[in-house]
Amino acid sequence: MNGVLSFKAKGINFKEKAFRKSLALSAIFAVIILIAIFFTLLINSLPSIKAIGAKFFYETTWDPVADKFGALPFLVGTLLTSFLALIISTPFSIAVAIFLGEYYKTGPVAEVFKNIIDLLAGIPSVIYGFWGLFVLVPLVRQLEIKFNVPPYGVGIFTSAVILSIMILPYSVSLSRQVISMAPSHLKEAAYSLGATRWEVISKIIIPYTKSGLFAGLLLALGRALGETMAVTMLIGNTHALPTGIFSPGNTMASVIANEFNEATGPVYTSALIEMGLFLFVVATIINIIGKQIIKRFTLD
Amino acid sequence: MNFKKNLLSVLILGVAIMFTSCGGNGSSNTSSSDSRSTSGSNEILAAGSSFVNPLFSKMFSIYNQQKGIKVNYQSIGSGGGIKQLENKIVDFGASDNPLSDEQMSQSPSPIIHIPDCLGAVTIAYNLPDNPTLKFTPEVLSDIYLGVLTKWNDPKIQTLNPDVKLPDLAISVIHRSDGSGTSFIFSDYLSKVSDAWKSKVGKGQSLNWPVGLGGKGNEGVAGLIKQTPGGIGYIELAYAIQNKMPVASLKNKSGNFVVPTLASTSASANVDIPADMRVSITNTDAPDGYPICSFSYILLYKDLSYNIKSEEKAKNLLDLVKWIITDGQQYSESLNYAKLPQSVVQKSQDILKTVTYNNKPLQ
Amino acid sequence: MELVLDAELSKKKKLTQSRLAAKHIGRRNRKNTFFKGLIIAATIISTFPLLLILFYIFKQGVASLNWQFVTSLPKPVGEAGGGVSNALVGSIMILLVSCGIAIPLGIVIGIYLSEEKKSSLSYYCQLAVDVLQGIPSIVIGIIIYEWVVRPMGGFSALSGSVALALMMLPSIIKATEETLKLLPESLKEASLALGVPYYKTIMKVIVPTGLSGIFTGVILSIARVIGETAPLLFTAFGNPFMSTNILKPMSSLPLIIFNYATSPYDDWHQLAWGASMVLILMILILNIITKLVQRKWKVQF
Repeated sequence: MNGVLSFKAKGINFKEKAFRKSLALSAIFAVIILIAIFFTLLINSLPSIKAIGAKFFYETTWDPVADKFGALPFLVGTLLTSFLALIISTPFSIAVAIFLGEYYKTGPVAEVFKNIIDLLAGIPSVIYGFWGLFVLVPLVRQLEIKFNVPPYGVGIFTSAVILSIMILPYSVSLSRQVISMAPSHLKEAAYSLGATRWEVISKIIIPYTKSGLFAGLLLALGRALGETMAVTMLIGNTHALPTGIFSPGNTMASVIANEFNEATGPVYTSALIEMGLFLFVVATIINIIGKQIIKRFTLD
Repeated sequence: MNFKKNLLSVLILGVAIMFTSCGGNGSSNTSSSDSRSTSGSNEILAAGSSFVNPLFSKMFSIYNQQKGIKVNYQSIGSGGGIKQLENKIVDFGASDNPLSDEQMSQSPSPIIHIPDCLGAVTIAYNLPDNPTLKFTPEVLSDIYLGVLTKWNDPKIQTLNPDVKLPDLAISVIHRSDGSGTSFIFSDYLSKVSDAWKSKVGKGQSLNWPVGLGGKGNEGVAGLIKQTPGGIGYIELAYAIQNKMPVASLKNKSGNFVVPTLASTSASANVDIPADMRVSITNTDAPDGYPICSFSYILLYKDLSYNIKSEEKAKNLLDLVKWIITDGQQYSESLNYAKLPQSVVQKSQDILKTVTYNNKPLQ
Repeated sequence: MELVLDAELSKKKKLTQSRLAAKHIGRRNRKNTFFKGLIIAATIISTFPLLLILFYIFKQGVASLNWQFVTSLPKPVGEAGGGVSNALVGSIMILLVSCGIAIPLGIVIGIYLSEEKKSSLSYYCQLAVDVLQGIPSIVIGIIIYEWVVRPMGGFSALSGSVALALMMLPSIIKATEETLKLLPESLKEASLALGVPYYKTIMKVIVPTGLSGIFTGVILSIARVIGETAPLLFTAFGNPFMSTNILKPMSSLPLIIFNYATSPYDDWHQLAWGASMVLILMILILNIITKLVQRKWKVQF
C-alpha cells in the first residue's frame, strides 16, 4: 500500500518539478530572445560603426554609390514626422480621453466611441498608407498649390497627419484609464466647494493625472517613431535633408524598408541595421520610461 | 542561491550570444555550407529589375502554361536582384546595369550576363493636354540638378515654341530603391553633363539633388501620373501602358528622337563585347534614342554554386535559352525591342559554357 | 452707530460679493458648457478618419468582390481579371503557423508571470515582454532575416510566421497574465487543498477558468498581426503562384496591397482595394468574435 502511494507520489513529484521547470524555462527563453535581438542588431551594425563611427549621425549625405552613409536626413525626418504627429494628435487624444474618462464613462455612447477608437488601432498600417495615397495626398496637393509650394502631395506633412491618426488610440487608451481613475474624493471635494465640471476637470483631474497623460503621449511617440508602412508610402522617399514641412523626406524605418532588400556590400547593409539598432534602443527607452511612470502613478 | 543566480544569468547571456552569432555573421558572406536556394526543381525563384518586369511577367506566365515550370519573379529593383543573387537566395537575378569590374571580382564564383531585352528609358511627364515635348541633354540635366524649376522656364519654352507651357513647378521624380533604370539614366547624364558627373555621378542608388522617390518603375510611373507637373524616367513599356506622354530627346548626332521600337533597336547598332557588358547610352547611331539599355539576366557560370539539383539547373538553363529565342516574340507587343541577332548568337555561345559541378550542362 | 454702519457695510459687501459671484457664475458656467462642447466636437472629429477610411475602402472595394476575385491568381501586368486567392491562402497559412508557435509559448510564459510574481526572473521576463512589445515591426523583419532567412538560404513563409509570432507573443502573454491574475486565489487554494498536484491545478482548473480571457487575447493578437507588412518584406517575400509550402516564399494580403497600391496600374489598384476590404472584414469579424466571447463566456467571481 505504502509502496504504491509513494510510487505514485514520486511520479507526480517528477511531473511537478518538470512543470515548474518548463514554466521557468519559457520565461528564460523570453529573456534570451530579447538579449539575442539586441546582440544581433549590435553585432551586425559593427562593420558600419567601425567604418563610419559617430559621423553617421550628423553627416547629411546618404550616397551608397560613394559609400557615404550620413543618416542625419533620416533622423531629422523621423523626429519631424513623429513630433509633428504628436502635436497634431495630442489635443484630440486628451479631448477623447476626457470624453471617455469623465463625461461618458459608461453607457451606450461610451461603448460606441470606445469601439471606434479601438477600431482605429486595428486598421493595418498598409491600409492607412493606401488610403492616404488616394485621399489625403490629393488634398495636401491642393493645399500646397495654395501655398505655392511644389505640389508633391507626399512629404513630411502628409506622413505626420497619417501618423497622428494612427497614434491617437494609443495615447487615448492610457490617458482615458488614468483620468477615470482620478480619486473621487478629490472631485467631490471640489464639487462641494461649488466648482463647475470643467473646473474639476481642468484644475483637479488634469493636474492630478499629468504624469499618466505624459506617459500616454510617450507611448504614442514610441509608436510613431517605429511606424513603417504608412510612412514609406507617404513620405516621398528622398535622401535629401528636408527643408520644410511640405518637403519630401525619409524616416529611418522607411529607408530600411526601401533599401534593405538591395543593399549590397558589407557597410551598406550594416548601416541600415545600425539604424534598426538605433530605432530599437530609442523605442525601448521610451517604452520603459513610459511604463515606469505608469507604475509610479498607479502605486500612488 | 546567489551563485546559482549569477550562473543562470551568465548562461542566459551565453546562449543569447551564441544564438545571434550562428544566425548570420557579417553581412556579405553566407557561411553555411548548404545554404542554397530551397525551391523545388520545377520552381524557379528570381528577383531584380523592375525595368523588365512587364515583359517577364508575360513571359513567365506563358512559360508556365507551356512547360509547367513556375517562375516566381519579384520586381524589387536591380540592386535587390544583385544582392539576393550574391546571397544565393535566388536562382537568378535581373539587372539593367551589368556588374562593375569590382563587383565581378568580389564574387566568389563567376557570374555571367545574358541580355534578356532591349528597352528605352523614357522621360515621361504630367502636363495638361499631354503635349509631346523636346528636350536637350542640357535641359534634362538642369531639371534633375534642380537648376530649372518651372515648366515655363525660357530654356524649355524655346525648345518647344508651339506648346504653351504652364506656370507650374517641376516636380522631379526619381527612384527610391536601388535601380538599374537609375543607373542607365545617370550613366547617360554623366556622359552628357560634366556638372552631373561631378555632382552626382552614375549608380543605382544616388544622392539626388532634388525630387521625390518612387519604388520601382511602377512607383515612379504612379507618382508621375498623380502629380501635376511631375517628370520622371521610366521604361517605355510603363509609359505606354499608362498612356503618358514622353519626350523626344536630342541625341549625339543632333537629331530629336522619340523613343520607339525602331529607335531603340537602332541604338544597339554598335559593337557589343563578348561578355555582353556594355553601355549603349548616348549612342553614336544617328537615329538611335539616346537612353537605351539592355537588361541582363545574371547567373552563376557554375550553377551548382547556388542551385541544389542538377535537374533544376537544367530547367533554369532551358528557361534562359527560351527567353532569348522563342520568348522574344512577346517583346514587341509590350514595347521592348527584340534582341539583335548578333546578341542572341553571342549569348548562346556564353550559355554553352555554363557548367554544373564543373561539368558542362546542356 | 458703528454697529449699524458695520452691518450696512457687510450687507453691501455681501450684496457685491454675491453680484460678483453671479457674474462669475455666469462666466464659469459658460466656460463649462463651452469646453464640454469643445470636447464633444473634438471627439466626434476624431472619429471622422475611421469612418472616412472604412467608407472609402468599402466603396472602392465592393466593386472587386466577386467569386473570381477570391479564387483566381493574379494575372500579369496589363491583363484583366486576376484575383487574390494566393494571397488569401498565404495570409491564412502564415497565420496558422504563427499561432502554432506563439500560442503555446505565450500561454506558458503568461502562466509563469501570473504565478511567480516575486522572483527576479519574473521581473526580467516582464521587462523583456514589455520591450518586445515596443519593437518596431521593421526591426523584427531585420532580425528574422538574420536568424531564419540567411541560414535557410531563402525566403519562406516559415520565416514570415516566426516574425509574426514574435509580434504576437507580448499580447498573448499579457492577456494570459492579466486574466489569470484576476482569478481569486481561493480557486487555486481549494484545488491544492483537495490534493490536486500543482501542475494539474494550473492546467485543469486555473487555465480553463481563464480560457475566455486567454482566447480573447489570442484573437486580438491575430487581428493585430494579420495586417502587418513590414516583417514580411524580407521574410515571406511574395509569390505570384499559389503555394502551401511553408518552406518557400508565400504571398500574403498586406504584401499585395502594398505592391499593388504603389503601382501605376488602375486594375491593380482595384485589386488592392478589394484586398483591403477583405482584410478589414477579417479584422472586424475577429473583433466582433472577441466581444461576443467576452460577453458570453466571461467567468464572473
